[in-house]
Order: sequence, then C-alpha cells, then structure tokens
Amino acid sequence: MSIVDLKRKANLIRQDIITMLVPAKAGHPGGSLSAADIVATLYFKEMRINPQEPNWADRDRFVLSKGHAAPVLYAALAEKGYFPKDELLGLRQTGRMLQGHPDMKRTPGVDMSSGSLGQGLSVANGMALAGKLDKKDYRVYVLLGDGEVAEGQVWEAAMAAAHYKLDNLTAILDYNGLQIDGPTDSVMSSAPLADKWRAFCWNVIEVDGHDIEALEKAFAEAKQVKGKPTILIAKTVKGKGVSFMENQVGWHGSAPNAEQAEQALKELREEGLSLG
Amino acid sequence: MTKIAPRQAYGEELVRLGQENPDIVVLDADVAKASMTYLFKEKFPERFFDLGISESDIVGTGAGFAVAGKIPFINAYANFLLGNGWEQIHISVAYANQNVKIVGHNIGASSGKDGPTHLPFEDIALMRVLPGIMIVEPADAIEMRKAVRAAAQHQGPIYLRVGRLPVPLVTCEEDPFELGKARILREGQDVTIIATGAMVAKGLEAAEELASLGISAEVINLHTIKPLDEETLLRSVQKTGAVVTAEEHTILGGMGSAVAELLVEEFPVPLQRVGVKDRFAVCAPYDELHNILGLTAKAITQSVQRVIRKNRQ
Repeated sequence: MSIVDLKRKANLIRQDIITMLVPAKAGHPGGSLSAADIVATLYFKEMRINPQEPNWADRDRFVLSKGHAAPVLYAALAEKGYFPKDELLGLRQTGRMLQGHPDMKRTPGVDMSSGSLGQGLSVANGMALAGKLDKKDYRVYVLLGDGEVAEGQVWEAAMAAAHYKLDNLTAILDYNGLQIDGPTDSVMSSAPLADKWRAFCWNVIEVDGHDIEALEKAFAEAKQVKGKPTILIAKTVKGKGVSFMENQVGWHGSAPNAEQAEQALKELREEGLSLG
Repeated sequence: MTKIAPRQAYGEELVRLGQENPDIVVLDADVAKASMTYLFKEKFPERFFDLGISESDIVGTGAGFAVAGKIPFINAYANFLLGNGWEQIHISVAYANQNVKIVGHNIGASSGKDGPTHLPFEDIALMRVLPGIMIVEPADAIEMRKAVRAAAQHQGPIYLRVGRLPVPLVTCEEDPFELGKARILREGQDVTIIATGAMVAKGLEAAEELASLGISAEVINLHTIKPLDEETLLRSVQKTGAVVTAEEHTILGGMGSAVAELLVEEFPVPLQRVGVKDRFAVCAPYDELHNILGLTAKAITQSVQRVIRKNRQ
C-alpha cells in the first residue's frame, strides 16, 4: 500500500474513532488518535495477517498493551474486514461485541485481551518465545503508552525480551506526553525514554509517530536487527487530527458529544479530501 | 508410613509429560531447584525458560505462550506468584481464559523456618475469586503425579498447589483420579471430615482416633477445591449431618469457606473449619508450626467432638 493510501486509512480510522465514541458516550479519543498512524501502518502495510482467518497460526500478532486505545484497534480491524463496520456503533453497549477494552474472546482479530496496564509486553514476549521455539517466522508487535511505562512489570518484561534476544518482537511506545492526571513529565517522569530502553539492551529507534514513511522505515529496520528486540519511541500528539483535542489532557478519557463530533469529523473529512 | 515430597513427584512427572507432549513448556522464577523444574530443564533445555525473580512478568509470558498454542507450566513460590502476579492472573490468564498451568510452590508451612514472609496461607482464597480457574491440591505424591498429568490434559487455567516437604502416602497407584471429583477415603456415619493436601493424612489419623472414641468419621479427600464436587459433598453430609474441614491455609476464603458457602445454602449443618485462624505464622520448623497454628489431627478430632456436641444439643 502506498504512503498516501496509508494516510487515507489512518484518516478513516480517525473518523471511525470519533464516530464510534459518540453513541458509546465514553471512551478514550486522545490516545486512540495519537496511535492511528502507527496502527494503520501496522495493519495495512506491516503485518502479515488474514482477516478471513483471524487465528491463522503463522500470522503476525499485535498486542494493544495500552488497552484503553481500543477504538483505534477496533477501527483498524473493521477497516481491514475482520467484522462489519456497523459493529463500531455498538462500542461499549450492553450485549455487543466491542467491549470498552479489547477482549480476544469476543472480537475476531484481537490477539490478546488487555486493559490492565503493564501486562502486554510480557504477553508479547511469550508469543515471541513460542514463535522462536516453533521456528515460525511470525513477528509480534506491542503498543505501549508513555504513562503505562510507570508500571514495574514493563521493565521486568523489557529485561526478559533482551535476555532472550527477541528480535522477532517490535514494541512501539506511543509517546504522546499526556496521561490522566496531566503531562507525563509532571505526573511521573519517564524521560529519558530512549536511554532507558537502550540501557535495557534494546535496539531503539526514535521516530515521528505521525510520519508514515518514517514508521515504515523503522519497522523495516527492526526486522533487520538480529539478537535484540526493537522499540520505536514514536513521538506523537495526543488527540492528533482533531484541532480542539490535540494536546488537551481532558480528551484522554471523555467522548465527544454529537456537536463536537461533527466538528471533528468535518476537520478529518477535509484532511481526507486534501489527500486526494 | 512412606513419605514423599509432592514437589519431587511434580518435577518427575513434568519430565514424563515433556517427553510425551512437545507443546509443554516450563517457566520458572529463579526457584527451579526448589520447584524441581530443574529436572525438566536438564532434559528439555530448549523448552525451559527462567524469567528471573519477576512473578508478574512470568504470568504474562505464560499467557503469551498459551495464546500461541503452548501448554505453559509457570512456577514460583506461591505467595510471590499469586500475590505479585494476581492482577496478571486476573486479566491475562483468567479473563483471557488462557491455558496456563499456575504452579505455586512452598505452600503453607513448607518453609516454616523462613518465617511469615515466605509462608503462603492465602493463595487458595486469592484464586477462588477468579472465574474459570480450577484449584487443585493433591493429598500426596502419588496423587500429585496424576494431578500434573490431568492438569496438562485439561484445557483451561489451573492453579496447582505443591508442597515442599515429604507427606505420608494416603492414596494408591490404582486409585482413580479425576479433576473435580472428590474421593471418599474412609466411610463413616457420624461426621464428614473434608480435607485437602497434607491435611488429608491428618484427617485419616483423626478418624482412627475418633473410631476409638466410638465416633464413625467419613474422610473425603477434596483435591479439587474449585469447582467443588457438590454432589459428593452433599451426599456425605446428608448422611452424617456434621462437617469438619481441614486445610493448610487460612480459614478465610479457602477450602473450608467454599464448603461452608455450599452447605449454608444447600444443607446447613454444624461445621467447623480447621486451618490458620486469621493470624500470621511465626518462624518455626514445619511440624512445630503446624502445632502452633493448630493444623493437627488433634485439632480435627476436637472440632469433630464440637460439631457432634452441637448436633446433640
């Protein structure tokens, strides 16, 4: 898929995020929008997957460790054809498939249930170790939040991934700089992130998380690196693509109302049109 | 009476299973010697993974292996694995319903001389509240072998409780073993003693003593604490009308609580729970600590006399 097509996909994913959050009346737009370009690149370019066979044994895996960004994953899965796009409007509704946080038992294409922060990298390690044991060439991707890395388990897992030389694992850190209580730097400083991961013996690539071309290159480099896992420290803007949500901590965990959504969708449609 | 350490049987059976099933992988948190998983490591180094002292991580990694189709046995001391790893077990194993075999070692008073920081008496309670996790504590080394085998065959998460020190053999090779099915080891009319793990031998010892006092005790080996074999338990209690439970665990939220919850709803009878009485342990050798905490055949006998007295009032 060409760069411009990937940009169109990311734009559609952003529109889906806004659209599904309105009837849900709850959810997390900020950290979903910040990850849209990353997730679009993974699902429409990088990952070897087949929506007709969600449990294909040789598929690449994706673990959304920052599970509250479920809308971005659901949008990508729907755009990819894992389930009908109508399902998106059932987000967080009683009895519907799309839970507030990813549930692998209910939603085709979700490779791991998540939502309790800090657990995803350990799970991805297990998948990557199993792949090596079985001599399979699938890759494992895991998306972490920059607030999430305050969880101690992340660093237990970081140590283990390097110890076991998991070069079939690529982590992406959605470095959007905001968490519920405010800027990450004022809540719990995680900087310098790149140095921390380097010290844990990871291959670190710092990248603009909204530059799809740069993301593609980074994923390609990660595949070439042998003997260690790679992490993309992806600098992003929380709420990216919707002017009044960008860099606003208040949009971490509240849904837009119909009027706000209309404004957001107008901006996103204009952006989509500008892509030709 | 012959005594064998349950962990010995556990470690040896894992090796046999490893030979039979290439999907079995073993993870350990730096206690491979104590857990006896080093036997598996020696035989199948490529399928053994030490995760170091990181009980939260080992749970998640186990879940990842299970998602990828493996049958992971994850091993650590029970209090650290279930305490540190509880939220990981909650979400990545129970909620995700992954086929992870959670193996807690050094249970109860096993390492008594290490003191309370190393004595898990709360692990059954921690697991009981999680939907979908089976809880198994075999009575002896023979039953441990059968339980490990059954755990590997069972599709779904299991918590297996493994003792460190030798306990008397109270079952035989030819005894049937089925997960979820309680075993009546001794039939009786006046009281039902329901015991698990190392307390089964003490239940049988108490039944002998009670027989000499003219009390006929039925002894049930409740190796599977969840799900409860309600049918076997209710049939016995409807016959005897009195119950004493015995476990190497706090009486809060453990096996005795599970039995009490069942009976209070279905068939209320006088009931006493033998176990740790809402207190911390102290540093003491295994047998002495059992005496201090009241985990004895004598405590079972006295509890039986109490429930029978209540029935006569």
